[in-house]
Amino acid sequence: MSQWEVVIGLETHVQLQTKSKIFSGASTAFGAEPNRQACAVDIALPGVLPVLNREAVVCAIKFGLAVGANIAPRSVFARKNYFYPDLPKGYQISQFEIPVVAGGGLTIRVGETEKFVHLTRAHLEEDAGKSLHEDFHGKTGIDLNRAGTPLLEIVTEPDMRSSAEAVAYAKALHSLVTWIGICDGNMQEGSFRCDANVSVRKPGGPLGTRREIKNLNSFRFLQQAIDYEIQWQIAEIEEGRKIQQATVLFDPDTGETRAMRSKEDAHDYRYFPDPDLLPLEIQPEWIAAVKAGLPELPQAMQQRFQASYGLSAYDAATLAATRDSARFYEDALAVAGKDNAKLCANWVMGELAARLNRDEKEIAASPVSAAQLAGMIRRIADGTLSSKLAKEVFDALWNGDGKDADAIIEVRGLRQVSDASAIEPIIDEVLAANPKSVEEFRTGKEKAFNALVGQVMKASKGKANPQQVNDLLRKKLSA
Amino acid sequence: MTDFVNASLREIAAALAQKKISSVELTTLFLDRIEQLNPTLNAFITVDRDKALAAAHAADAKLGAGGAATLTGIPLAHKDIFCAEGWRTTCGSKMLADFVAPYDAHVVERLNAAGMVPLGKCNMDEFAMGSSNETSFFGPVKNPWNPACVPGGSSGGSAAAVAARLAPAATGTDTGGSIRQPAALCGLTGLKPTYGVVSRYGMIAFASSLDQGGPMAKSAEDCALLLGAMAGFDPRDSTSLERPAEDYCRDLDKPLQGLRIGLPREFFGAGMDAGVRAAVDAALAEYRKLGATTVEVSLPNSGLSVPAYYVIAPAEASSNLSRFDGVRYGHRAADYADLDDMYAKSRAEGFGAEVKRRILIGTYVLSHGYYDAYYLKAQKVRRLIAADFQEAFKSCDVIAGPTAPSVAFKFGAKSADPVQMYLSDIYTIAVNLAGLPGMSIPCGFDKDLPVGLQLVAPWFGEARMLNVAHRYQLVTDWHARMPAEPAA
Repeated sequence: MSQWEVVIGLETHVQLQTKSKIFSGASTAFGAEPNRQACAVDIALPGVLPVLNREAVVCAIKFGLAVGANIAPRSVFARKNYFYPDLPKGYQISQFEIPVVAGGGLTIRVGETEKFVHLTRAHLEEDAGKSLHEDFHGKTGIDLNRAGTPLLEIVTEPDMRSSAEAVAYAKALHSLVTWIGICDGNMQEGSFRCDANVSVRKPGGPLGTRREIKNLNSFRFLQQAIDYEIQWQIAEIEEGRKIQQATVLFDPDTGETRAMRSKEDAHDYRYFPDPDLLPLEIQPEWIAAVKAGLPELPQAMQQRFQASYGLSAYDAATLAATRDSARFYEDALAVAGKDNAKLCANWVMGELAARLNRDEKEIAASPVSAAQLAGMIRRIADGTLSSKLAKEVFDALWNGDGKDADAIIEVRGLRQVSDASAIEPIIDEVLAANPKSVEEFRTGKEKAFNALVGQVMKASKGKANPQQVNDLLRKKLSA
Repeated sequence: MTDFVNASLREIAAALAQKKISSVELTTLFLDRIEQLNPTLNAFITVDRDKALAAAHAADAKLGAGGAATLTGIPLAHKDIFCAEGWRTTCGSKMLADFVAPYDAHVVERLNAAGMVPLGKCNMDEFAMGSSNETSFFGPVKNPWNPACVPGGSSGGSAAAVAARLAPAATGTDTGGSIRQPAALCGLTGLKPTYGVVSRYGMIAFASSLDQGGPMAKSAEDCALLLGAMAGFDPRDSTSLERPAEDYCRDLDKPLQGLRIGLPREFFGAGMDAGVRAAVDAALAEYRKLGATTVEVSLPNSGLSVPAYYVIAPAEASSNLSRFDGVRYGHRAADYADLDDMYAKSRAEGFGAEVKRRILIGTYVLSHGYYDAYYLKAQKVRRLIAADFQEAFKSCDVIAGPTAPSVAFKFGAKSADPVQMYLSDIYTIAVNLAGLPGMSIPCGFDKDLPVGLQLVAPWFGEARMLNVAHRYQLVTDWHARMPAEPAA
């Protein structure tokens, strides 16, 4: 295995979150009755013409800015000609020679290693419709609702060297496009689909012949498909066969890839500039305006979290994994105060994340608001709540049993007792009731000390400040 | 009533306004003429008396209410390339023989809004590919001046309809001369606007970068009125130009003193029939009398216009016609083995020979390995041709020359030799490649058939060009002549 180097490049089709289609006014909403969201332009009636949707261009500019790419001052729409029943015009409008976005890249992380994946280009194009092969008794149904949905096809250089890197890239890209709001990221509905170009070679040798795995719509399938493909290619070569350039499909049921068409029967798409559309011209002022409306990007935010809040790289990356999570954290911090940055981070990534995960809720729909969590954290910081009591308060907030931490503390009497004069009598009682443990401690058994602490906490119904219990108990035992 | 058959649009408009005639009467008059003469001429593919009369009634109501637009109530015919809601729209092809358009083209919408009454849809070369109307699936159109001759093409039905006075005016489209050449061959005035002036929305595409709709009528003044109604920005066509609305009649009467007419050396060489030459020379002499001067100009790359056009136009057409696949609408073969077979048979049956020839040429020139040598090269030539005109317009205001090298030819005379047929448009094609406005006006006869004079103006020079044509029509009567009524 180690004598082979894997080379992977990805092409990702990202469905852009525009209200209407890229070249028509029809809606892009998912899930309508077949052909109810296909207008005259989408079904390619005689005489209709495309008109570019400005919002789709804004999405492309946002993406270009987010990956540090060049945004072409002039790009050209081209026709990719081929016949297919769900391609109504007999050509797809895409960009060929001059794409709207060129260059740039994304930093990915696999384990402790960071890597920069270079992008070749990103171009705007329209999606095709769908062919429905079931329920038509040997015939094929055509649904053109998806025809004309705007796509940004994002193409990487062959920079990835393992399926893990490919998945890390796909996840980073998915996070970015949802972060900047150009894609809803819904992989089941096909809003984010990857094609993987995979080849193997001897390290340092020339690139091997690649095969392209089409239409992978989950990170798991991406990983499985690439892993299978790598094994298959290595086995082929080691058995003395040559890899033929081909397009392959991944079958999730068998976990295998199989060739769909070879290079010989590849289409000649006869690309040429679409005479119905003028070149797309993007002035610097337009780019500047889009830039002004762009949110802080994940990497910048992570660096800021480390610098301003003293968080570790891991914490910063976890909190800034999505805009919602970052927003929640910063909203909480605004109430809790910067001094509690680490405590806030621990609660958001710990208890809150675990609960959300358990109940399959998104952080934006968290039953405990950022302000509620922050109010509780302030009571931890000022010593009112022990972490144990805090969990009880958190439970109450989660279940909606109180409007904020203070109210819950008040109603349930959960205030931590840090008054020595109140704790000492309890300690005295416990010591008197547990002479055996006292004896054991005095003979050097540290475990006996913990048992005594536990008894004191129990006797105080958990309200005694544990640190203070510790200190007072030790003082009394060593007296 | 015959007054109205020959009347100008302004005269008809005045009669309608003064209630000398109603739109219903006028529409009935032309519908009756169509019924009488169309079986001989075959100028119309579809005529719908009910729809026409309904529109006429609506126009009469508007006229009765007062304040109606100038063209309200005037009938016209549409080339069958324009989609019109509820009308069969065939594009002259078996492929669309049963296609009923569910929407109006921008041009149709505009002319409806202007109150004009659509009489029917005119015959044409299939998908506008032809110069003689012989490629129509619905049979050839006869030239009203001589039924043994072609009317020109591709807007041959529109030209014959107006020439035979079956309609006061018609719409046409011009990709390489398809308005001007049939206008010349039928003795009409026809105008192709600057590319982008008239929206292409709803006009079935032949070659998108060249196609342009325009008016075909009896005079420059009629064309000016019609163009005013047809032109205008349309956000549904990305190549439509956003410019202020123009009154194309504003300069019609301006004197021609000081006008410089450029005569391209390349348009007056071999290839032009002597009779055509004589008529054109006489027209130029008339212009000098009107105060114009003529200067020789050169369009050195014009010899490349036909070859460049026959790369670019078929390339675009091969792609534009891909939507006619039998899947969603249009002709589908009755029996087929599988998907590829359905495509192959539907298209083989639905398209005629000339359309297939151009799809093949277009597919070839766009193919991998040939694209640079043909398509890219042709685009470079196209830019050179446009630059030639720019250079020429430095020393003249308009360019003049023959519209076509000969008068109308006999059926079958050129149909066996596509290159001969393509050369019918040798003077008109360069104008499309350069995106310029051009028109043809009647300037005499040769062999008892009309000869056309072509005028070409700089971009957006329509008003000036119409002025040049109108002043000539004030002192000549070629445009007012009409063919003898053929035996029904």
